[in-house]
Amino acid sequence: MLKITGLEKTFEAGTINEKKALCGIDLTLSEGDFVTVIGGNGAGKSTLLNAIAGVFPIDQGHIFLGDQEITRLPEHKRARLLGRVFQDPMMGTAADMGLQENLALAYRRGQHRTLKWGITKMERAFFREQLLQLELGLEHRMATKAGLLSGGQRQALTLLMATLKKPNLLLLDEHTAALDPKTAAKVLELSDKIIAEHHLTAMMVTHNMRDAIRHGNRLIMMDGGRIILDISGEEKKRLTVEELLERFQQVSGAGMDNDRMLLSK
Amino acid sequence: MLQDFIGAVSLGLIWAVMAIAIYITYKILDIADMTVEGSLTMGAAISAICISNGMNPYLTLILAFCGGLCAGLATGFFHTILKIPALLSGILTMLALYSVNLRIMGKANVSLLKMDTVFTPFENLGLSKNFAVIAVMLIIVSILIAALYWFFGTELGCAIRATGNNRKMARAQGINTRFMTIIALMLSNGLVGLGGALIAQNQSFADMSMGIGSIVIALASLIIGEVLLGKGNFFVRLISLVFGAIIYRIIIAFVLWLGMPSNDLRLFTALTVAVALALPVFRGYFRTLKNSFRKEV
Repeated sequence: MLKITGLEKTFEAGTINEKKALCGIDLTLSEGDFVTVIGGNGAGKSTLLNAIAGVFPIDQGHIFLGDQEITRLPEHKRARLLGRVFQDPMMGTAADMGLQENLALAYRRGQHRTLKWGITKMERAFFREQLLQLELGLEHRMATKAGLLSGGQRQALTLLMATLKKPNLLLLDEHTAALDPKTAAKVLELSDKIIAEHHLTAMMVTHNMRDAIRHGNRLIMMDGGRIILDISGEEKKRLTVEELLERFQQVSGAGMDNDRMLLSK
Repeated sequence: MLQDFIGAVSLGLIWAVMAIAIYITYKILDIADMTVEGSLTMGAAISAICISNGMNPYLTLILAFCGGLCAGLATGFFHTILKIPALLSGILTMLALYSVNLRIMGKANVSLLKMDTVFTPFENLGLSKNFAVIAVMLIIVSILIAALYWFFGTELGCAIRATGNNRKMARAQGINTRFMTIIALMLSNGLVGLGGALIAQNQSFADMSMGIGSIVIALASLIIGEVLLGKGNFFVRLISLVFGAIIYRIIIAFVLWLGMPSNDLRLFTALTVAVALALPVFRGYFRTLKNSFRKEV
């Protein structure tokens, strides 16, 4: 499904701020894989997702999605194949546009924008049905501007937008990190449900080790722009936080010095 | 006095075209587009020179619109392809247009005295000049509002709104944000060109300096409209722009009547818009002041 070979990216190359963000990533995802991505600050998790999404051009390597090479495809053209949810709840929706308008934009992902009406009656009914399944009461607020929703509601809406047209790959970039624990749990549960229902292939970046262990069928850990651990199947099911910490020390040769990750144990 | 009032209404309706154009860039696209100061003159120059060469005045409106489209395309190219900041891109085009406009007109100003304009057929029906302008402009503005209301409801229009609202989200939804930015800049400047042509035909001349301050005047109309009718749906917003433009002209007519020298008008407008844009800040200060007062009591 997704195949990445020799992916490298350096930011601000040649300056004192030079930062090697990705140093040779090789990764292959099978159809239906739900991979959680974990690692400290600056490990390259978000950079990896952004490289797949085409936010910036990469320096080296190739990215294939399905049977298509997307390495040089511009961001808006890759969007046809990808669903994305960001860490910042403000990022995923157009705040000054209504819920139904946001959904209509997402429903046309990958299509040419023509002079046909931006939203049809039939679509409205379909969107209402979809919002009903979120169980947040949003189906009664179809014309409400997205900016008036709470962070959790916006993330749920963004999740729905990302999957309204089935994406080949769903990219969740710490999409619950900015939410309070209760809301975060709810959004995570919803993510699980949507991914299972539509049999989606997904990558979820998280800081929370327990979440990374509990969700998905495969776990990769990143450090210094490399994938240092790749655990899947039965082995992942048996994994504990303590074991994960130990494995991290073995592989990286250093202690876990990241407060955010330790605290979220 | 009544004549001044009617004159202000007619002038306001003409400038409403400009206010609507600015709304597209300033509010929908979230860009302060300085190009308009040049494209307004450009529209006026094209229309004036074509009319004085005997062309049908209605036809010149279309040419003025097309001239504006090109100006917007230039700014869009600077901004989206060459990645020059929006404000600077607009200033660059504005500067370039000064030379272009001089070339179009061949001299610093072109007079349209005693020549037919788009308002002449209505004057021939027996209407006074001001009422003829009001009649023509009511038709043009109505068509514009209907057309824009339709356009921004289409897939393309929604994609432009999303681009102005949240570029990152727009790209994630497969929208080519560069293309949308260029389209919006072109549309806006096209309308500014149209507005410039109408202004020139109304005042019977086009000159090189007529665009100066036009963006601020349009912003003033936009803010007045917002204060007046609030932030309703898109249709209400468009109507509010028209009312804002008219009220602005009435205010100007009023301060002139009170005896303000007309040379100070632009100073007055600039300060008014500065105060209006700073209103949220003032409100903040006022609130803190009130709260601290309450605590002391």
